Amino acid sequence: MEIMMIVYIGVLFTVGTYMILTNVILRIILGIILLSHGAHLLLLTMSGLGETSPPLLGENAISYADPLPQALILTAIVINFGVTAFLLVLGYRTYQEHQTDNLEELRGSSDE
Amino acid sequence: MNLLLVILAPFLYALFIPFLYKHTKHIHTGWFVLWLPIILFVYLLNFVPVVAKGDIIKKTIDWVPSLGVNFTVYIDGLGLLFALLITGLGTLVVLYSIYYLSLQSEPLNNFYVYLLLFMGAMLGVVLSDNLIVLYVFWELTSLSSSLLIAYWYQREKSRYGALKSLFITVAGGFAMLAGFVLLYAMTGTFSIREIIAQTDIIVNHVLFVPSMILILLGAFSKSAQFPFHIWLPDAMEAPTPISAYLHSATMVKAGIFLVARLSPIYAGNPHWFWIISIIGIITLFWGAFFAIRQTDLKSILAYSTVSQLGLIMCLLGLGSAAVHYNYEQIYTVATLAAILHLINHATFKGSLFMVAGIIDHQTGTRDIDKLGGLVTIMPITFTLAIIGSCSMAGIFPFNGFLSKELFYTGLINSINIETFNMELWGITLIVIAWIASIFTFVYSMIVVFKSFMGKHKPYYLKKEPKEASLGLIIPPAILAFLVVILGLFPNILSQSIIAPTMHSIYALAPTHIFEVNIYHWHGLTPELFMTIGVIVIGFLLYKNLDKWLKVYSVLKLNKKEPLNTIYDWFLELLDRASLRITQLQMTGLLRDYLAYILIFMIFLIGYTFSKYVSTQYVIPEISIYSWYILIFIFMAICTTISILFINSRVTAIIITGIIGFQLALFFVIFRAPDLALTKLLIETVMTVLFLLCFYHLPKLKKETFKSTFKLTNALISIGVGLMVTVIAFTSMALSNENPIKPISNYFIENSYELAGGKNLVNVILVDFRGLDTLLEVLVLAIAALGLIALIKHRVKGKEDI
Repeated sequence: MEIMMIVYIGVLFTVGTYMILTNVILRIILGIILLSHGAHLLLLTMSGLGETSPPLLGENAISYADPLPQALILTAIVINFGVTAFLLVLGYRTYQEHQTDNLEELRGSSDE
Repeated sequence: MNLLLVILAPFLYALFIPFLYKHTKHIHTGWFVLWLPIILFVYLLNFVPVVAKGDIIKKTIDWVPSLGVNFTVYIDGLGLLFALLITGLGTLVVLYSIYYLSLQSEPLNNFYVYLLLFMGAMLGVVLSDNLIVLYVFWELTSLSSSLLIAYWYQREKSRYGALKSLFITVAGGFAMLAGFVLLYAMTGTFSIREIIAQTDIIVNHVLFVPSMILILLGAFSKSAQFPFHIWLPDAMEAPTPISAYLHSATMVKAGIFLVARLSPIYAGNPHWFWIISIIGIITLFWGAFFAIRQTDLKSILAYSTVSQLGLIMCLLGLGSAAVHYNYEQIYTVATLAAILHLINHATFKGSLFMVAGIIDHQTGTRDIDKLGGLVTIMPITFTLAIIGSCSMAGIFPFNGFLSKELFYTGLINSINIETFNMELWGITLIVIAWIASIFTFVYSMIVVFKSFMGKHKPYYLKKEPKEASLGLIIPPAILAFLVVILGLFPNILSQSIIAPTMHSIYALAPTHIFEVNIYHWHGLTPELFMTIGVIVIGFLLYKNLDKWLKVYSVLKLNKKEPLNTIYDWFLELLDRASLRITQLQMTGLLRDYLAYILIFMIFLIGYTFSKYVSTQYVIPEISIYSWYILIFIFMAICTTISILFINSRVTAIIITGIIGFQLALFFVIFRAPDLALTKLLIETVMTVLFLLCFYHLPKLKKETFKSTFKLTNALISIGVGLMVTVIAFTSMALSNENPIKPISNYFIENSYELAGGKNLVNVILVDFRGLDTLLEVLVLAIAALGLIALIKHRVKGKEDI
């Protein structure tokens, strides 16, 4: 199972990287989202995906899934959400000001 | 008076100059400056008898004792000679500048602050015993010299000259610092005395020759030796008092001082002997050769300075051979000649520069083609000029004659040196030096006769020429007086100054006695015939100047010399190359920068893997497959890849949302209920936000969302994906081999007992690791505030956002 998940994570990273290398703002933001998905899944996968019970003590199971990576991922998801929201609105404002979403047209001052 | 104050007084006094200038508008600031060098000069004179006895005065104050950098004032013969030159000439130059620079039209406060800065720095160079302190003062002289060259900063040529001198001397100074550090590496001390004491040890050290070459680079660039001399003629844009002071008598001799100061360490080494002698003789010839072609009086004098500095340098090189012969009289003659010429050059070159300044000041031009026939108008100036020029050319009975004769003696004696193949090369050196002396004679004639003799051309001159005021005459007159006195009674300095200086150049005990005795008439020696030959041939050449000057145009060597062209070309090349390199990498496109970062990462990690990680993995123990999970993974992969082929914005956003929901599903499958909940919620909000932002966008450019396929991008991203996959596999395999017990067992065991919660993830978030959560909340708050600011806040009236 881990091997299949790792392959999927690899695909997420590949597609995410390809997206951020293009020149459209929206694609770049989507690419960043995909990369963060990959990172979250990687965190989860690396702690092992055995047949265990959810980390709830009420289950009275013999073994629980590792709770620490889950807590880490939760923090990461929330931070990622904040950053992505900010990026989105930044992209939106860029549109408004410059009437373009193409990074190649978004250059600094002409004497650069 | 404290010894340290000798060096620090000019710096401290420079602080007061701007106040004095501001509050005493009607008095020339120079008068306030004048007394300082006089006091220093008189104070330093007190040491002459002490040093002549062979005593050494030393005073130390700690600066950075942990690094061995201490501020040590060290007065011996060599340091005292230079300090006297600096303060003595400084006095005359300040006096001269009072009459040269007008109170009304010049920013005098700048001038005297820079001048005092320079004087203090120069005293620091010659009186320091610590290499690092010496270096600090050395760079201060470069800096203040540049400031003085660019004194009239409105002129483009001044700025060019200042920049050029700064580039060259600072580059050399930096090499010198490296040489000093190597000396420290060999000896463990920065003190020159202590390094000299360890000479026996370091002579055979590997770093000995590199340190020598680096230090010589510094000395040569400062003393305008070939090929670093090109800054000196351009430094002539400085006011004439500065040219007289810095660029003839003091700063350009700092390199010579350094060579003399470090001679006890390096002398006796063949590299030292050859490098200094050959560079010196080339400089001597080159400077004299180009001086003739100049038409500007100051340029002639500048090239002449270059040439004479080469002469002194060459003599120091030849003199270093004396170490091999236990300081026998005939081999030390060269060093004696070097010191004598050093003193003489300071006197006659200083006076000549001042004369050139007077001509410039009184007529408005320094061009020898426009001058002429001034002898009846300015008779005193003419007298001073002829004394200086005759001394420069080496004519009896002025002091230049004596040092020229000794120079020939040193050269002729050097043939007898048996160690360095000198039987063969000595003759060549003599011939080159003799030809250079002829050129020297010719340009000395040009300086005097082209400007004072011939036809008077008043229509060229900007002013009605008349004799200069007394204040302008006195300083060069004092120098010319010294030229004559030292010429007639050359031995007045020999025991008091020259002998102690030679003692310090060879680092000998004062018990070793040099017989310094300089005669005018020493019989019908070859030296005398060489001088007569110089005068005869030089006179003939001068008479036929027009005919043979064509040689210069045939050689395509007009006023501009080839090294200057190379320097300019090199600077421009540097400029263009750096611009091109910057343009090549700094494209301004995000994509390129990302590509650099990612490619670098891939290569670094790929290299590390290929080098350190064995390829034999133990395939990790795989948890049980369930067919439905496999189908999910397959579906997820398909969805993810499909996003690459979607050309509509809205569809792409929705597909991304689907990927997010799939992620939530994976969290469900892998037993993470809290994650699944959060992910579902956030993915919903995010999709809505996306649609909000991008649904209302201008429709005219919808097609821009399409992305064209690029092979490099594909390769990079596949590389990144592979990298992540391989890292994950490997770390998994490695952790399977060496399993580590997770710390989560602690949470599982204690979450209820200690925190009273059964949801392990929540307990960790708010109890065990609550700080993370606190800050994560802060992140959200900042993001929210940032969003509001972005949307609400508008900068008006500015196009550039």
